[in-house]
Amino acid sequence: MPTEHTDKRYEEELKRLREEILYMGGLVEDQIQKAVKSLVDRDSELAQIIIERDHEVNRLDVEIDDLCIRLLALHQPAGKDLRFITTGLKITTDLERIGDMSVNLSERALELNQEPQLKPYIDIPRMARIAQRMIRESLDAFVREDTDLALKVCKDDEEIDQLNSQIFREVISFMIEDPHTINRAMKISSISKYLERMADHATNIAEMVIFMAKGKSIRHMKELPPSV
Amino acid sequence: MVAIGTNGWNTEPLGGMMDLQQKIAVPETSSPLSVKPSGQATAAQVQEERSIIEVENVDFYYGSTHALKSINVEIPEKKATAFIGPSGCGKTTLLRCLNRMNDLILNTRLTGSVRLDSNDIYAPSTDVISLRRRVGMIFQKWNPFPKSIYENVVYGLRIVGISNRSLLDEVAEKSLRRAALWDEVKDNLNKSATDLSGGQQQRLCIARALAVEPEVLLMDEPCSALDPISTAKIEELIHELKDTFTIVIVTHNMQQAARCADRTAFFYLGELIEFGETAKLFTAPDKRQTEDYITGRFG
Repeated sequence: MPTEHTDKRYEEELKRLREEILYMGGLVEDQIQKAVKSLVDRDSELAQIIIERDHEVNRLDVEIDDLCIRLLALHQPAGKDLRFITTGLKITTDLERIGDMSVNLSERALELNQEPQLKPYIDIPRMARIAQRMIRESLDAFVREDTDLALKVCKDDEEIDQLNSQIFREVISFMIEDPHTINRAMKISSISKYLERMADHATNIAEMVIFMAKGKSIRHMKELPPSV
Repeated sequence: MVAIGTNGWNTEPLGGMMDLQQKIAVPETSSPLSVKPSGQATAAQVQEERSIIEVENVDFYYGSTHALKSINVEIPEKKATAFIGPSGCGKTTLLRCLNRMNDLILNTRLTGSVRLDSNDIYAPSTDVISLRRRVGMIFQKWNPFPKSIYENVVYGLRIVGISNRSLLDEVAEKSLRRAALWDEVKDNLNKSATDLSGGQQQRLCIARALAVEPEVLLMDEPCSALDPISTAKIEELIHELKDTFTIVIVTHNMQQAARCADRTAFFYLGELIEFGETAKLFTAPDKRQTEDYITGRFG
């Protein structure tokens, strides 16, 4: 069974697209992990590095977009290649947004590091671990065209949503108890929201992977299908 | 006043022929509101649809070569259907079976049935001349007669004895208009057809085929020897003609099939691998072989 294109340059460019998306995914994953570390360890220097490194994420976003447009214009892709390239276009947008939110998280960390710690961070690192795992798994699903794994990512989003609500209730109680905590509590609530949004973007990626592999869209469904 | 191009042709941009810059640019007319649903036909559309040609269990042999293997396909009426596949897959052979053009080749044999409006065209009682009148054909290499433009178009009427000048004039104009050639040739109808450009000659052949009011128009790679602008004109013509006629087109150019056809059939080594909505076949085909072919992975 043939798996390679007759046109070798086209094959090379598709391979390059796949590699760039994965590189960007790896970078974004690292951004989240370090952004959370800068918060938990109160490491302002690290937070600053994260903010600066966002340029690299943005550069990849533009580069991958250009590559996708080139492939579309010059090769008129069809079938699976078409689905792969259009998925690539959307995945980078999601990854770029995740990168932006790592920056937002680092900015909040910088601000929070100026003041005494409001509470020990327990649920936030937990959320961050899940969000990171979802992003990693959505990209693994992308590489392996594994729709079961992609579906699992979509299902895991529920867990993050619950943690976000829990943190929200918790910070509200801090604010009610002592209005002096409002400033810090709001920032923690924002961070929780960023992580929740990151997981949403990972879910988007997973949904696109299902489209790429099966040609079926599961987006905007009230309930997730048990299998695809 | 409706703005039209200098040659009287609707100059709407078409895919494939535009350069890279234009392809990347957003077309001015694009609006999310103007997007029409495509891809899957709705239940109502499916019910309305009628097959004009039914090919059932057709096997075809050139001597001992088995060129078509139990083909079953239904050609929908007033739609454009494309046959695609690598060289030697049987797509042109099947096209030529639809108006018995293969009868002209010695030592060929067909089994199974091909029905036009439920009548078997291979039945002994079929009048092949009137069949080909109903199912016209356009060839890869245009073939106008060495006569004037006018005489080319009305030829089919002349040979059945029609000589009423005003009727012939009427048919000539109507056919040339339908073939989108009228504005380019209306002042030179007595000019020799062979003086026209390749693209014009091909459209003249289409006008000639349309003059006898066929029901189905078979096109065997009608654009393979044409430049991109002439190709775009023929493709635009296909869009207009399918309101009135059923079109079956064989093409090596997959983007052409994607642009022109409502349905696409993919053939490989004499077998029909997949037949379905063009949009579906080019974005998410069901069969691995179709996927490999449309993505350029074999051939």
